[in-house]
Amino acid sequence: MRLPEVDAVIIGAGAAGPIVAKELAFAGWRTVLLERGEWNTAADCRKDDLRNQRTSILGHPFGPEDEGNPRVVVERDGRLRVVEPSAGGYHNNAACVGGGTLSYGAMAWRFHPHDFRMRTEYGTKVPAAFADSTLEDWPIGYDDLEPYYEQAEWEIGVSGDDSTNPFRGERKRALPMPPLPPTREHEILWRGALRAGLHPFHIPMLRNSVPYGGRPGCMRCRWCVGFACEVDAKCGTQNTVLPRALGTGNLTLRTGCQAQEVTMGPGGTATGVRYFDANGERQEQPARVVVVSASAIESARLLLNSKSNLFPRGLGNRHDWVGRNLQGHTYTGAYGLFADDVYDDLGPGASVAICDYNHGNAGMAGGAMLANEFIRLPIQAAGIRPPGVPRWGKGHKDYFRTNYRRLVAVQGPTQEAPTFGMRVEVDAEVKDKFGIPVARLSGLKHPHTIEVGNLMAEKAEGWLRASGAETTWKKGAGQGISGGQHQAGTCRMGRDAKTSVVDENLRIHETENVYVVDGSVHVTNGGFNPVLTIMALAFRAGRHIAGAHRVRG
Amino acid sequence: MKRRSFIAGTAAVGGAGCGRGEGPAPGYRVLTENEIRTLDAWCEALIPADDAPGASWAKVPRYIDIQLTRKFRRLLPRYREALAAMERWLAAAGVEGMAARLELMEQGKAPRELFADGGKDAFEMVLAHTLQGFYGSPRHGGNRDYVSWVLLGVAPVPVRGREQAETGKN
Ligand SMILES: Cc1cc2nc3c(=O)[nH]c(=O)nc-3n(C[C@H](O)[C@H](O)[C@H](O)COP(=O)(O)OP(=O)(O)OC[C@H]3O[C@@H](n4cnc5c(N)ncnc54)[C@H](O)[C@@H]3O)c2cc1C
Ligand code: SF4
Repeated sequence: MRLPEVDAVIIGAGAAGPIVAKELAFAGWRTVLLERGEWNTAADCRKDDLRNQRTSILGHPFGPEDEGNPRVVVERDGRLRVVEPSAGGYHNNAACVGGGTLSYGAMAWRFHPHDFRMRTEYGTKVPAAFADSTLEDWPIGYDDLEPYYEQAEWEIGVSGDDSTNPFRGERKRALPMPPLPPTREHEILWRGALRAGLHPFHIPMLRNSVPYGGRPGCMRCRWCVGFACEVDAKCGTQNTVLPRALGTGNLTLRTGCQAQEVTMGPGGTATGVRYFDANGERQEQPARVVVVSASAIESARLLLNSKSNLFPRGLGNRHDWVGRNLQGHTYTGAYGLFADDVYDDLGPGASVAICDYNHGNAGMAGGAMLANEFIRLPIQAAGIRPPGVPRWGKGHKDYFRTNYRRLVAVQGPTQEAPTFGMRVEVDAEVKDKFGIPVARLSGLKHPHTIEVGNLMAEKAEGWLRASGAETTWKKGAGQGISGGQHQAGTCRMGRDAKTSVVDENLRIHETENVYVVDGSVHVTNGGFNPVLTIMALAFRAGRHIAGAHRVRG
Repeated sequence: MKRRSFIAGTAAVGGAGCGRGEGPAPGYRVLTENEIRTLDAWCEALIPADDAPGASWAKVPRYIDIQLTRKFRRLLPRYREALAAMERWLAAAGVEGMAARLELMEQGKAPRELFADGGKDAFEMVLAHTLQGFYGSPRHGGNRDYVSWVLLGVAPVPVRGREQAETGKN
């Protein structure tokens, strides 16, 4: 059915979509937000260690459903594998109102200024990182995003204290909330970092440490990352910008609605979005502006499935860049066993970080922020052991019961050198439950990424040793397709339509009115978890769109 | 299509490969009495009792049996095959020989006439599920009375105010 025209239709109510929706609704735009998932809450999710958005052995509560939403993965040996959402290799984030932000760990990182200009920093110093990679500068810099980082920190809510971190861009305004009081592990690592000449600080987190935004502070449970918060202390888009936007009366949220394609008129003007509604019926939502915020893999899929006269190979894909440069982070780090218990059962776990190794590593382009981890529930720790300890039998049991409470993990998201070959395509045969061709993932990591990752593991081990760990061992870099919950890069931002998909205002080149606003537009993904950067870009894009297109009446 | 192996394809559910026409063991959903006996010894060898209970007391086989009707339903034929092979292998020695046999399987050195790949696949499958059933939430049938969490020294308390929801039936 063809619905009445609105000013804007936004696809995806994750980290980015609701922010754009809020900016537009406040500017008086009649806006429709389409989300394929439901509006879940903590009541829909038990604290189930086998069934959550991080450990999905028995499935996951916040979608997408295992039935009818496959992806295709190309293995290293060229074999094709069809995977369901809860399986490893699917690279799932979530499908619900709030997207990843309902169940995330909530680390709230600003990228480092160098992260926006990797070619300028490293082009001549580290040529190895540029051979066969698409490592590039962003068309915008840290200073362009700084006011929007601040807006995200205050409107969505961030606690923490990075004032003791000298390796960061300038911040004009302090964070709105103090950090949570330290855990035992935090204090041990903090002292160890100082001993090693490093610069520890409190991780900024999208989590209330004190009452904020009409919601209470964190009660420090054991079950944070991968779960929804019982007391709503985690700050996502679903409990901040989205209710505010709905409060204007200008925004309509439609859940259970899967967008199929952006419909184009003749030339570069989109007419709206075609989608399947909650009853499985086809709908057409005409709009004057279309915003795609479906996350890096699904946004690329949607564009590739939107074919028109001007864009026969998919929207924005005249130069074959849509879906390219898929990246995430290569997580490496180290584990340490201490002589005494370090575990004090105070959530969420991750709290102390260093940025000493994000840049300035000899011979390396970039690096990673290193931090302690969210609480590892027993099943998550059951496979972690030093070399030589058996995986089963009495040896396993003795080891685990002695050491579960003495284990500390330090790890970090190594910044990747993106490649043209790591990519999202649409599969020619496999379709989802609506008959829409699904995403197909393939590619290999750049060798330089593996080197940087392995160096970060050494650095993490050094920090643990300096903190007094008696036994330490490393977790090195793995090969394979990147993306995961930090997926980014598939609709690159740039000035040249031949080597990018969107311009610096996130409008698809050669279109009048189609924007991509989510992790897809990241040129590079920093050595940090990506969500605050996605949010800052969304505030910036929302403001731009509201100013660039006039609303009637 | 040739190069595709559909892991998300549909597989026959229940019954398939059972062969003997026996029903499930009392208190279980799919595995027969013989199968449960073998599986119980297998899991117990992976996490044995000492001064604290092991996988058998924790009801790990019940966890696996339940999941074989749900999330792991496509694995039922593989389980049936592996348990039958193990049963044959143990025939002479009895369950006392389990740990030594699992060591061989872990290295892929079990007799090829019983396990085509020397046993590695079956070993990894049962080990992963045993760890889940022992250390995972009791709600799914294993980890009876939170026995592993007590062993590790983490209080089995759910989130304050949600005791009823957390410990209730799945
Ligand atoms: C367990 C977990 C922990 C995490 N921890 C952190 C952390 O500590 N720090 C951090 O920075 N990041 C973290 N992340 C990652 C973070 O959540 C993501 O980077 C972020 O949510 C991405 O935002 P997005 O808007 O690009 O996509 P998403 O948040 O994934 O939102 C996209 C939305 O679009 C919807 N959608 C997709 N396709 C369609 C369609 N065709 N039609 C309609 N709707 C559609 C999806 O259902 C989804 O709701 C974590 C993620 C998870 C899952
Ligand atoms: S640790 Fe805090 S923020 Fe996280 S789920 Fe528990 S109470 Fe909520």
